[in-house]
Amino acid sequence: MSKLTDLNLAEARDGLRDKQFSARELTQAHIDRVAAAEKLNAYVLQTPEKALEMADASDAKIAQGEARPLEGIPLGIKDLFCTKGVRTTACSHILAEFTPPYESTVTGNLWADGAVMLGKLNNDEFAMGSSNETSRFGAVINPWRGADQKHLVPGGSSGGSSSAVAARLGIAATATDTGGSIRQPAAFTGTVGLKPTYGRCSRWGVVAFASSLDQAGPITQTVRDAAIMLSSMASYDAKDSTSVNLTVPDYEAALTGDIKGLRVGIPAEYRVDNMPSEIEALWQQGIDWLTEAGAEIVDISLPHTKYALPAYYIIAPAEASSNLARYDGVRYGMRVAGKDIDDMYASTRAAGFGDEVIRRIMIGTYALSAGYYDAYYVKALQVRRLIAEDFTKAYEKCDVVLTPTTPSSAFAIGEKSDDPLEMYLNDVFTVTGNLAGLPGISVPAGVDAKGLPLGLQLIGKTFGEEDLLRVAGVLETAAQFTARADDWWSAE
Amino acid sequence: MSVDEKMARRIATLARIGVSDAQLPALAKELSAILGFVEQLSELDTTGVKPLTSAVETTMMGREDVINDGGYPADVLANAPERDDDYFAVPKVVE
Repeated sequence: MSKLTDLNLAEARDGLRDKQFSARELTQAHIDRVAAAEKLNAYVLQTPEKALEMADASDAKIAQGEARPLEGIPLGIKDLFCTKGVRTTACSHILAEFTPPYESTVTGNLWADGAVMLGKLNNDEFAMGSSNETSRFGAVINPWRGADQKHLVPGGSSGGSSSAVAARLGIAATATDTGGSIRQPAAFTGTVGLKPTYGRCSRWGVVAFASSLDQAGPITQTVRDAAIMLSSMASYDAKDSTSVNLTVPDYEAALTGDIKGLRVGIPAEYRVDNMPSEIEALWQQGIDWLTEAGAEIVDISLPHTKYALPAYYIIAPAEASSNLARYDGVRYGMRVAGKDIDDMYASTRAAGFGDEVIRRIMIGTYALSAGYYDAYYVKALQVRRLIAEDFTKAYEKCDVVLTPTTPSSAFAIGEKSDDPLEMYLNDVFTVTGNLAGLPGISVPAGVDAKGLPLGLQLIGKTFGEEDLLRVAGVLETAAQFTARADDWWSAE
Repeated sequence: MSVDEKMARRIATLARIGVSDAQLPALAKELSAILGFVEQLSELDTTGVKPLTSAVETTMMGREDVINDGGYPADVLANAPERDDDYFAVPKVVE
């Protein structure tokens, strides 16, 4: 038998059911591996005692023949999900030692299905970033590195999640995606990242960034694992008014491998300037793989693609400026004393928020302020409709869309952190899916000349996760991406 | 549209974020760069386009008008930076 930390979710689930090992053994193996991997800075809080307690409860369930779908599976949880009695900070100083007296719906669903919590994962502060360099706990390191051995970013904002899954510091992880924060880190680390349709997973108890765009999803080792995780994470929730009351299908059952006759759209507008030829070639390779599997390739046009990032950088900051108004030093988190209450608010927020968060709050405040509201915010919402309509028209001709996930492989720590605009360009291929509310998945498909992973993205129809996962499974089988980062980080 | 220091100060005040005078020039420059980037949107004619506020068409569900949550002040106040009995405490607001 291979090492317990080499197992993917489906393998671990089957091994637990066949009693090849116990949940306690599986959990202990991961606890040890997490503790030895502090160099990666993927976890901001480890909860080994809680994990073992949950694992023991799972062993009891298994012994009684009552194993639930995720029984005994050790997971990492992005620090954006509120976890009852376990510190939750969104990796911002302003939340200080905030300890929620409640559980987010998504994590509650996971525990109800038997999963085990290893701890809380690092992320960009309030999920604002594409490199996990804005966290109050410092940057996360990508387990992958090139020949020069420079430390690379794991993507963001779910960089703790992607780094942890790539380094096997957890069988799978939760993540969130507002502009690409699940799919881009997955592409940078050779993992699978699934952003569901807006409304599929409840946002209740997830620290809010931009509420009309935020969506929770998994980062996993395989497409099958993503399907298993989504089946548990998704639910209708009366506590989230945008949660959609649709039955959650058995997503794993959708992985039939049969995509004959399925139409795959290739958008002309995703051929951007200065895209590395390797990414262009990988995209063509993806087209060839799906053609060989019997899919029909269709050329499509998404004419407003170039306006997606500018629209996003109005809408997301506008919603953030409103959502983050709650951090005022009164009810929870940090408080810095001031000469009066206004001074207390301003001093608390200046000390508690990092530079990128302040920039975005200020852009949003400006876009929503009297005299600029129509020119910026309303304009961006109108463009958002044009972008969504591009997809509606495209889906008359195709069933899924295939694109690269990112315009490059992982970059070095510090390489882009001085230029916000250059950082924003990371999300050029993923942000359209958030604006249109569509599901998207990144599948590891190859490596570049530096030996770093590259991902291909599939974008589906609204609530088309089953088709999306089916095609992703075919892509995964064809790509045979089995490369792993060499373990240079484990402490002896 | 470029943001000058006066505008940056105004935005910081509206956002209740303390910014020192020394920080203003850099902040104004950064905000101007981002606004310069989003300026591309003005190329598009959006006359008559209805703003899209929700990506997935849904009707808000109503619920019974009843109290179905609450009654645990200790939980609500557990994370308060400062409290007085069952209240959040703040600096004096009314003289």
